[in-house]
Amino acid sequence: MQVENSQTEKVPFWLDPKKRAIVYQIGSLCMVGLLAYYLVSNTLTNLEKQSVATGFGFLNKESSFEIGESLISYSAASSYGRALIVGALNTLLVSFIGIVLTVILGTFIGISRLSTNWLVSKLAAIYIEVFQDIPILLQLFFWYALFYEILPGPRQALNPFAGVFMCNRGLVFAIPEFQATHAYMGISFLAGCIAIYFLRRWARQRQANTGQIFPVFRVSVGILLLFPFITWLVGGTPTAMSVPELKGFNFQGGVNVSPEFSALLLGLVLYTAAFVAEAVRAGIQSVSKGQREAAMSIGLKTNQVLQLVILPQALRVIIPPLTSQMLSLTKNSSLAVAIGYPDFVSVANTTMNQTGQSLEGVALIMLVYLIFSLSTSVFMNWYNKKVKLVER
Amino acid sequence: MEAYLQKTPAETLKPPVTSVGVIGWARSNLFNGWLNSLLTIVTLYFLWIVIPPLIRWAFIDSVWNTSGAVCRDADGACWSIIATNFRFILFGFFPYDQQWRPLIAMLILFGLLFYSRDRNHWTQHLIYAWIIGLVMMGVLMRGGILWLSSVEATQWGGLPLTLLLSIFGLTAAYPLGVILALGRQSKMPTIKWMSIVYIELIRGVPLISLLFMGSFIFPLFLPEGVNFPTILRALVAIIIFTAAYIAEVVRGGLQGMERGQYEAAESIGLNYFLTMRLIILPQALKIVIPPTVQQLISAFKDTSLVVIIALFDLLKTSQTVLSNPEWMGFSREAYIFVAILYFLGCFSMANYSRKLEKELSTEN
Repeated sequence: MQVENSQTEKVPFWLDPKKRAIVYQIGSLCMVGLLAYYLVSNTLTNLEKQSVATGFGFLNKESSFEIGESLISYSAASSYGRALIVGALNTLLVSFIGIVLTVILGTFIGISRLSTNWLVSKLAAIYIEVFQDIPILLQLFFWYALFYEILPGPRQALNPFAGVFMCNRGLVFAIPEFQATHAYMGISFLAGCIAIYFLRRWARQRQANTGQIFPVFRVSVGILLLFPFITWLVGGTPTAMSVPELKGFNFQGGVNVSPEFSALLLGLVLYTAAFVAEAVRAGIQSVSKGQREAAMSIGLKTNQVLQLVILPQALRVIIPPLTSQMLSLTKNSSLAVAIGYPDFVSVANTTMNQTGQSLEGVALIMLVYLIFSLSTSVFMNWYNKKVKLVER
Repeated sequence: MEAYLQKTPAETLKPPVTSVGVIGWARSNLFNGWLNSLLTIVTLYFLWIVIPPLIRWAFIDSVWNTSGAVCRDADGACWSIIATNFRFILFGFFPYDQQWRPLIAMLILFGLLFYSRDRNHWTQHLIYAWIIGLVMMGVLMRGGILWLSSVEATQWGGLPLTLLLSIFGLTAAYPLGVILALGRQSKMPTIKWMSIVYIELIRGVPLISLLFMGSFIFPLFLPEGVNFPTILRALVAIIIFTAAYIAEVVRGGLQGMERGQYEAAESIGLNYFLTMRLIILPQALKIVIPPTVQQLISAFKDTSLVVIIALFDLLKTSQTVLSNPEWMGFSREAYIFVAILYFLGCFSMANYSRKLEKELSTEN
């Protein structure tokens, strides 16, 4: 009797979880929508009062400010849009070089931390602790001040090696004068890479078929060195160098790495490397001791143990935190604005100050960093999937 | 014939000198194998080159309490920049004769933090103590009631500002982060997707863009006439930013919970709110204490970014001193001083997190 009753009785809608969920969702959507409406309507009234034109029309206007460093041709007569592209390229440049150096330094320190040598291990531990615990902005200011205060002016520039000068205008060094042969050397280097790819495939196939091992690594290094070298010989061994010379108040010729760029790169690399080192250490420690012993007991050589057994397993643990460190390095490169390196945020900041288009400026900053972040994480997720453990 | 019986115990042989004591330790830790010996020697040589000049610069040749002019003639570090401008670096533009107020506020804060270290003190009383402490600190800083003169928020600066941004930023960001994490785990699609968009959007952009948003765009969002001080706008940016990261940490804890916990809670008839409050969150939040502290450390460091929107935190007050012609050029000393303060803060937090981790792991 009672059972029947409870079945036929209609459940009020506030006790039905499904209907309640719909009410909750509509309610929260309405709240967010109302908040957005409130903010947007306020913004529109405020903008109207300040009579600031909205939209991205300002991107085509003449920027009329100079940018110290640029990968593409730029002058004060160029548009704001081009200035922002220059900034984005500078961000990419410092992030890319920074990530490469960070991974190398971080791996080195992480391995040192695991060294059986007490002194080396402790030094690595101190490095990790100190650099992790000091804000990156403070480190950037410190290195910038160091470059600016300690290094002499261009006239008394330090000259540690022939063709290399260090002064408070930056690090200046000689590079080979560009000739057609150099381009051919680059092409032959690429050709070498392709050759190595096929060589590896062939060597693997041969090992699978016959069991014979081909020394791929040594031959690869040989190919990478030899191909460009032969091209250089064939191209008539050009040796002309563009040597920096002191003219007036600054150096001419050679390549000049500005103190802003050096301080930013150094700060980012030293800071992030401490975190990468921790990730590398944790990854290597996660591979159990038995794995190494088992690999050695089936007769693998030391480098084979590392290459075939330890690294593939450690990488799986290392890659996710490594990805987030790469992303944080890219995001931290936005602190360039504090020491005057013209990265994207810095250029956008100047643009905002000149045009008053703060809304569009901040939106652009967020959009560009979102694109950088998302593309890095898409790539790293793809790589992570590639090295992931294939389980049955 | 009498059997040979040794009455006295044989003399015990001592281990060889080369395997115990200093020599043994050095042999097994510094000189095991030619590669390690080489590494040790190279490292020692490197330290020999770096350390003595550094000590010479920092301690032997340094000057401690002089004017800027004397510093320029000294070979070593000029710590006078700290000694002379100590109160400005620590308290910024807070009225000079009132600076005991932020000092007491900081002492209250340190006292509370120190008291909270012990997990036996984590009771209801502690919450009341914190609320009373925070109100007292607010009264001391702001003034305007009792006999205390009023001090505008624009005059706050130095270490109190850094601590204020960290403490209030974190206490506000933590509950928001927990709510976002629960939202992300929710079965309701709209709530789930709004949480995901928020978290990923904020984690994809640098903090500086949010600070810009706080200082440039936030005034546009509000109706005319309503205006917040820059400190509050920076605080909002820090809260919005930190909450997204805390949400991800908490999500890790929620994912670490077994299904059985949810099912058991459901089977004894608890609703969603009670399940979370009584069963899931106490366990999940406990698992993620170490990564949460890690997140707090990085939020503490990130407060230094308010320099860029010209708030006078610890870093900015030091830079202000450095822009004074008398002290121009002594950046290293000033920055090292600030770095030591930050290091002490972060290091003690990290140490505490390691201690907690150990305590919690033995319990389970």
